[in-house]
Amino acid sequence: MRKLLLFLSVIIVGLTFIARLFYLQVYTSNTHNLYEDNAIRKVYDYPKRGFVYDRNGELLVANQPSYDVMVIPREVEPLDTLEFCSLLKIDKEKFIKTYNKCYRYSPRLPSVFVSHLSKEDYAVLQEKMRKYEGFYIQKRSLRHYETSIGANVLGDIGEVNNAIIKKDPYYRMGDLIGKQGVEASYENTLRGVKGIKFIQKDRFNRNIGPYKEGIFDTIPEQGKDITITIDATLQAYGELLMQNKRGGIIAIEPSSGEILTMVSAPSYNPNILVGRERSRNFTKLYNDTIAKPLFDRSLKAQYPPGSPFKVLNALIGLQEEVVTTQDRFSCRMGYYLGSRRLTGCHHHSSPLGMTDGIAQSCNAYFANVYRRIIDKYEKPYDGMNAWSNHVKSFGLGNYLGYDLKIGNKGRIPDGDFYDRWYGKNRWASTYNISNAIGQGEVEATPIQLANMIAAIANRGYFYTPHIIKNIDGETIDENYTTPKQTTIDKRHFDPVIQGMFDVYNKGTAATLRVKDIDICGKTGTAENFMKINGVKTQLTDHSIFVAFAPKDNPKIALAVFVENGYWGSRFAGRIASLIIEKYIKGDITRIDLEEWILKHSLENEYAKPYTGEPFRINGETTIQVVDETEYNRLKKQLNKINNKKN
Amino acid sequence: MVRETNKYFKFDWITIILFLLLVGFGWLNILSASHTGDTIDYFNFSQPYGKQLIFILLTFGLIVIILSIEAKFYERFSSIIYIISMLSLVGLFLFGKNVNGATSWYAIGGMTLQPSEFAKAATALAVAKYVSDLNTDIKRLKDQIQTFIIIVIPAFLVLLQNDTGSTVVYAAFFFVLYREGLPKIYLNLVVIAILLSVLSLKFGAIITSIVSIILIIAYHFLSKKKPPILQSLFMLIMCIGLAVGVKFFYQSILQPHQQDRISLWLRLEKDPVKLEQMKKTFAYNLNESEKAISSGGVTGRGFLEGTRTTGKFVPEQHTDYIFSTVGEEWGFLGSALVVIIFVLLIIRILHLAELQKSQFSRVYGYGVAAIIFMHFLINIGMVMGLIPTIGIPLPMFSYGGSGLWAFTILLFIFIKLDSNKINEW
Repeated sequence: MRKLLLFLSVIIVGLTFIARLFYLQVYTSNTHNLYEDNAIRKVYDYPKRGFVYDRNGELLVANQPSYDVMVIPREVEPLDTLEFCSLLKIDKEKFIKTYNKCYRYSPRLPSVFVSHLSKEDYAVLQEKMRKYEGFYIQKRSLRHYETSIGANVLGDIGEVNNAIIKKDPYYRMGDLIGKQGVEASYENTLRGVKGIKFIQKDRFNRNIGPYKEGIFDTIPEQGKDITITIDATLQAYGELLMQNKRGGIIAIEPSSGEILTMVSAPSYNPNILVGRERSRNFTKLYNDTIAKPLFDRSLKAQYPPGSPFKVLNALIGLQEEVVTTQDRFSCRMGYYLGSRRLTGCHHHSSPLGMTDGIAQSCNAYFANVYRRIIDKYEKPYDGMNAWSNHVKSFGLGNYLGYDLKIGNKGRIPDGDFYDRWYGKNRWASTYNISNAIGQGEVEATPIQLANMIAAIANRGYFYTPHIIKNIDGETIDENYTTPKQTTIDKRHFDPVIQGMFDVYNKGTAATLRVKDIDICGKTGTAENFMKINGVKTQLTDHSIFVAFAPKDNPKIALAVFVENGYWGSRFAGRIASLIIEKYIKGDITRIDLEEWILKHSLENEYAKPYTGEPFRINGETTIQVVDETEYNRLKKQLNKINNKKN
Repeated sequence: MVRETNKYFKFDWITIILFLLLVGFGWLNILSASHTGDTIDYFNFSQPYGKQLIFILLTFGLIVIILSIEAKFYERFSSIIYIISMLSLVGLFLFGKNVNGATSWYAIGGMTLQPSEFAKAATALAVAKYVSDLNTDIKRLKDQIQTFIIIVIPAFLVLLQNDTGSTVVYAAFFFVLYREGLPKIYLNLVVIAILLSVLSLKFGAIITSIVSIILIIAYHFLSKKKPPILQSLFMLIMCIGLAVGVKFFYQSILQPHQQDRISLWLRLEKDPVKLEQMKKTFAYNLNESEKAISSGGVTGRGFLEGTRTTGKFVPEQHTDYIFSTVGEEWGFLGSALVVIIFVLLIIRILHLAELQKSQFSRVYGYGVAAIIFMHFLINIGMVMGLIPTIGIPLPMFSYGGSGLWAFTILLFIFIKLDSNKINEW
């Protein structure tokens, strides 16, 4: 037995060691990932970010160098502090404070001493830099917007957050990534691929040479330039017209689905989100929860579409063969069920056929058509689904699939929707007659509505709206070049388009005609409500307008929403006419419309709910006129846009 | 028989091959841990790997000398060797050179020599000589005390020189004495004392006391040969006293930094902030070493490819922490192989020792095995965080001429003794 003590001890210790090794090296081992190895420093070489051009080749977004003065505290030698401070435009106190901060962070590692030096300061400093041991200048690349428009389209870049780093291993702490707009949508195209160098570190974190002579190192791949479908002049003009208003404009080229203009008001100058002031400005925009400048109304705002929706009901009525173009319906200032008025209407001649129904935007006419569609089927459930499918074929009620990252589904109810609401088969077409006139349960975003008009302009099909025109020689996604058919036959479109044409000729937009252009449009006025101190309060109606032009071979289709602008042709209609004329002719002949839009503001309308006092709406209000200085400012901007064109 | 006809075959080649494997593999790891820059100049004597190569070459000369000397010489002159060795340790207080806080080196013309390494071999010889003496009976208290004095003298001298690691190694002789007949009570006491101390520190004095009371009472009443009540009572008091005493010693007598080491070793510290703090101070080496070993994975990163080794992340990596290089560059397979070679070597020596006909050779062989075992246990255990940090080299593996030569002498004297057993009748 005595012989065995040491022998057994050796065996037990040996086995224990092997078990411990197994635990350390096999069970809990971190694998041989160079990226995870903290003995290897990864130095990234960032490629040039791609430029963004508009559809006419105008440069919108480029890069600008920015210079940071870096310091490695341990290597700093005594220096002429006074001269250095004056070069950097800081005082001595700040110098000492910053230096101590950097030293505390790490004496051996570089820290930013002064960030975002201007080009001029850099030029002066650069020559004298060799005098200051331990300091050096690091160049970074920031975005530079050549224009002050299109903040919602172009978007911005900022540092990646942890959630993204976790999801996508490409990004490291401190990398820049597209946050909004095309910067976000085409991030992978624009950014290129960064290069990487692996450098062996020692335990003091110092570099001691390339890892394995750099066989794993890669060189950066340049970012690609992209051309977007936006017309910069039209965009600038649209943004000008929308000043002092809130809402959105979306203009699409029907023959391709290209987005010509995408205005969200209020907006901001994209350059304020670059460089030293970025975080301060972003916080300011972010905290404005009333005007919401960061909320892209053209893509995300979900409004009841109002009367423009009627044209869709006319088309569905024809397709379902429940109504002919000859059928006339009478209107007694509204639609009655027995003696109960379901919807009101305004004053016009009666009875009306289809084209006049559209031109005069008669509520009663479309209430009749809607009921016939739903009641064609034995159960309203089936009728509702048939109607819903037709509507959805125009791209409403779901994400459109365009190449921008934000959006909303809108809402198009179907049979199940009302079954949930009222109980199975415990409802009828009269329960939701408001859908006939684009109120009630239907909701859509401006881009969905613009797309719907593009489909009508094309007489039955549309291309998915998109913002990309081309990427450095690559063809764009096939999804954007294949037409999507609606469920309505081509032959049904002509009478409806005639009705929309008559809107301009003799209907609700007769005052907005533009010489030599055949515009087809439809006004809309949507009631809206807000909760103020828990009380549902009605606000002034939203002004809505949809249009396309010219009537044959349409070049532009658009939707304009102006929040609380009252009736359709008041704000939105005027803006629509101006945009169409600007795009097709290049110059404005309806100067009167332009003047009117620039002169009038809705800011007092937007302020009303926040005054805490009772206020008047719609017809009981007076419209606000901008003061002299504001008018001159807008005029100046207008001249700039006009001059650029020439 | 071959062994009688050819004198070279009488050496135990298995032991020699295991020894050479360790020395060779050790040198590769020293090279990896100590080389800087891209080129490797094998005879660059300013670099540890270059120096070690010279030490290894000189070792072969040393082996030839040791094996040429008559085996009887080692037995006859063991007392004198022991005395000279002890004098060399005492001499350190007068002429010693201080390196890293330990006065353990003689500086002779650019070279340094560490006599405490050689003292282990000398003590092993002296113990073998004393125990194998016909007049000595290790079961007698008087002889136990005298043997104890032989062991304690060098242990105490190196402790005075601040070389705690070498002191601990002298505990190895317990195995030797136990094999030679040291009463069982000592083993029981040692095992119980270690168990009680660890339990008391880990789980607290009260729980440890309760557990030992239950066990002793159970033993007292269930045992067939009823132990005397006084003996059980004595055990009871001793156990409780030890449990409480150790805890008290830990809490009130030990310095905070010593407490920290123990609390880290027994995983007592649960506060993550405090743990991070430890990793940055005294546990820095251990933490880096564990990370290096862990990063090796199953197959390792390959020779000269370990990023933590190349980056010199583990301080003292070519000396006491050499095993972390094995861990990183050769992985689980390489590290386990090193452990297995050590185990085989020790077992082989034990096996040979048991075959000896002379008691002197057997006791000495046991000493060799036990000393290597202690080094193996403490060094690798420390590098992997199983044992509190005690600075001690890995035999045949770590950088250092004195260490290498001392182990060569220790081992090859035994190989010589073993080769001579045929003449021992």
